[in-house]
Amino acid sequence: MELLGKTNIDFIGKRNIAFVVSSIIAIIGIIGIIQIGRGAANMGIDFSGGTAMQLKFSKPFSIADARTALHKHGIAKADLQEIKNGNMLLVKMAGAAVGKQSELVQTSFRTEFADNPFTVESSTEIGPSIGDKLRKDTLIAVALSLLGIILYIAWRFDLKFGIGATIATMHDVLAMVAVFFVLNKEINLLFITAVLTIAGYSLTDTVVIFDRIRENLHKNLKGAMHNIFNGSINEVLSRTIVTSLTTFIAAASLFIFGGEVIHDFSLALLIGIGVATYSSVFVASPIVVLLENRALAKQVEKA
Amino acid sequence: MPKGTGWRISLIGIFVLLSFLYLTPTLVAQLPAWWGGLLPKDKIHLGLDLQGGTHLVMEVDTQKAVEGSLDLVATDLEDTLNSKNLRFKHISRTGSDKVSLVVYEKGTAADVQKLLKDKYPSYEQSPIFDEGGFAAITLRMNEKDALDRKDKAVQQALETIRNRIDQFGVSEPTIQREGINHIVVQLPGIKDPQRAIELIGRTARLEFKMVREDISPTATTIPDDAELLKEKMVDPTTGAVTEIPIVVQKKSMITGDLLTDAQVRIDSQFNQPYVAIEFNNLGAKLFDQVTAANVGKRFAIVLDSNIHSAPVIRERISGGSAQISGNFTEKTAADLAIVLRAGALPAPVKIIQNVTVGPSLGQDSISKGLYAGLIGVLLVVVFMAVYYKLSGLIADLGMILNILYLMGALAALGATLTLPGIAAIVLLIGMSVDSNVIIFERIREELKLGKTPKAALDAGYDKAFLTIMDSHVTTLITAAVLFQFGTGPVKGFAVSLSLGVLINLFTSLIGTKVIFDLFLQKGNIKKLSI
Repeated sequence: MELLGKTNIDFIGKRNIAFVVSSIIAIIGIIGIIQIGRGAANMGIDFSGGTAMQLKFSKPFSIADARTALHKHGIAKADLQEIKNGNMLLVKMAGAAVGKQSELVQTSFRTEFADNPFTVESSTEIGPSIGDKLRKDTLIAVALSLLGIILYIAWRFDLKFGIGATIATMHDVLAMVAVFFVLNKEINLLFITAVLTIAGYSLTDTVVIFDRIRENLHKNLKGAMHNIFNGSINEVLSRTIVTSLTTFIAAASLFIFGGEVIHDFSLALLIGIGVATYSSVFVASPIVVLLENRALAKQVEKA
Repeated sequence: MPKGTGWRISLIGIFVLLSFLYLTPTLVAQLPAWWGGLLPKDKIHLGLDLQGGTHLVMEVDTQKAVEGSLDLVATDLEDTLNSKNLRFKHISRTGSDKVSLVVYEKGTAADVQKLLKDKYPSYEQSPIFDEGGFAAITLRMNEKDALDRKDKAVQQALETIRNRIDQFGVSEPTIQREGINHIVVQLPGIKDPQRAIELIGRTARLEFKMVREDISPTATTIPDDAELLKEKMVDPTTGAVTEIPIVVQKKSMITGDLLTDAQVRIDSQFNQPYVAIEFNNLGAKLFDQVTAANVGKRFAIVLDSNIHSAPVIRERISGGSAQISGNFTEKTAADLAIVLRAGALPAPVKIIQNVTVGPSLGQDSISKGLYAGLIGVLLVVVFMAVYYKLSGLIADLGMILNILYLMGALAALGATLTLPGIAAIVLLIGMSVDSNVIIFERIREELKLGKTPKAALDAGYDKAFLTIMDSHVTTLITAAVLFQFGTGPVKGFAVSLSLGVLINLFTSLIGTKVIFDLFLQKGNIKKLSI
């Protein structure tokens, strides 16, 4: 079976539209990163420090009652979220001393919801010093992996390809941040893990196309850049789509069936797989064409 | 058979056998009796997020350990000067690294100076200086010693915590030092995390101090050698807490490090649990002296600066055993006995991270993760079979080999499987067919150019090789960084991902190729099902 026969789509020709779309996404992503840096985004407690608990009640309850119960016991600011399936409540509180907050939450519900006993499914308390350390470690991790990727690409390809691949990878990272920022999803360690995984995946996608472009460049020295690039992308298009599809299927089954804990993580992966596929075709290659054409023009000028 | 097929098939077979061998302890609930010797016994470890449990990071307040040592030096100096009849006004720790001595006369100061040089050669001594008309000297702990003391404190704390956990009874705990002053404790499958945390985090400094009946607890000024502590009384019926202030002598008569044993006993008369303690020789001698000299007076049993109880000494107690009674439940008495046996922490610890996952959530995560994985596998298998027909099935076989090898490798390395780790495996299902997709698409192109199946197959594998290498290396780079920096669940993700990528390289370049080779060498195959 074939999804696509022989295609001849002018991907490079659509670069202006792609650049506009990508720039907008990237700008939102940059705003998101600035907000994360300022701590103004929806930060997970692993970065901000604080307490997160998941409680399972035996009977249905209302969020408003839960909030009042906490208020009565002096917890003024808490982020409450209900998981309808199974009477579960997520409680999130930023920055507080480890040990006190979780007990206070339990006492509140034990007294106010006396007829609705609960169990603590999970509780995470993170002191501010750990949050700081994790934030620093994460920044180093992201920087190191991007550096490693750039070095590898620079070694395997020439500079122009390296720039194209790096920009495409960063684009994907920004796009994931942008979506999470706009949806006000929590930025936590699992999200960063997803981002780094997608960085690797996106690069793979780009490298497969670049490999083909390079092969065709060697074979065909005369053709216009534009045509060689378009031809190469079209040649590997079915691989790009099939692989994205299988990976997407796997991530989607995690998203749908994998449970609450990795729900956002798999959402991040789904977004990432989508953007990575788009960027390898519409961002990475057009940038290299642009750079190659500019280099050619310079050579012509000299001659 | 074509050249080179034999060893490749044997390699695949050996790996399959090994995987099953290593997976047996994980898959079989009860290992048969003959399973032993060199055969692997380790199961795939489940992370705390999957089996439930508590992950704690504790910070040792190492500065307090240094201050504690200096306090000891100060007490020791008082005793030495007293015994040598050198009269002093005042000796105490000042700041975080000094002990200061104030004596009445210059002459005494010179003697003290000499004594200090002999007794504490590693300390830096200040020249004699004037302080409000008296002669003063300060002793300063040098920085290297202070660092050393801090390092030892963390080491001791780690040992003490290990002791306490062992006595509390947790199966397979992990207790590790991390960085300069952090201790990481993992308690898998623990039922009552709150109790364990209290047990581990308690300093448990036991002191016996004389009660100063001559000073009223409400007095505005308390002399230098006394301090105001509180006794907490809990009403057993209402649960209300009342605090009774008591003034005690600052210097402790006996401390908890002189104990050899502590056991829970039940008072036969009131059916109340209490903790029976045994002193070592020195402790027994001191206890005998103190009780003999103070019959009829009260002395306070102080635990972590809180008065536990302040009974009256009725008679001289010889023989080195005593009991701590009070408002105990059986659990609190047992916990106190454990911490007294295991010894006090050299410095207070603070819990800075506590992640607790209940067993039901862990179980839920495993079953959902496995379910999602199963659905993912099924969908991808069907898709590949429909899209690439027989060749797709070969790719599917490769993918299943991948999963089997990966699980085997996880078991063999004793790696820990976390929920993100399961996610990595599911993700790999999608990614692992990629290599085959790259190869198949190549083969289809070569076939369209009119090549024979055999030539197309070889060209497909050859031309796809570099691309596949590239794509694997890039994933490995990020996985390696994640492994280096990640903790807990994220590390589990990185382990599964990087192992998966390496294994996939083998199955796609060697595993599936050999199956194609076997097919094609059977006579003249005109058409490749791809």
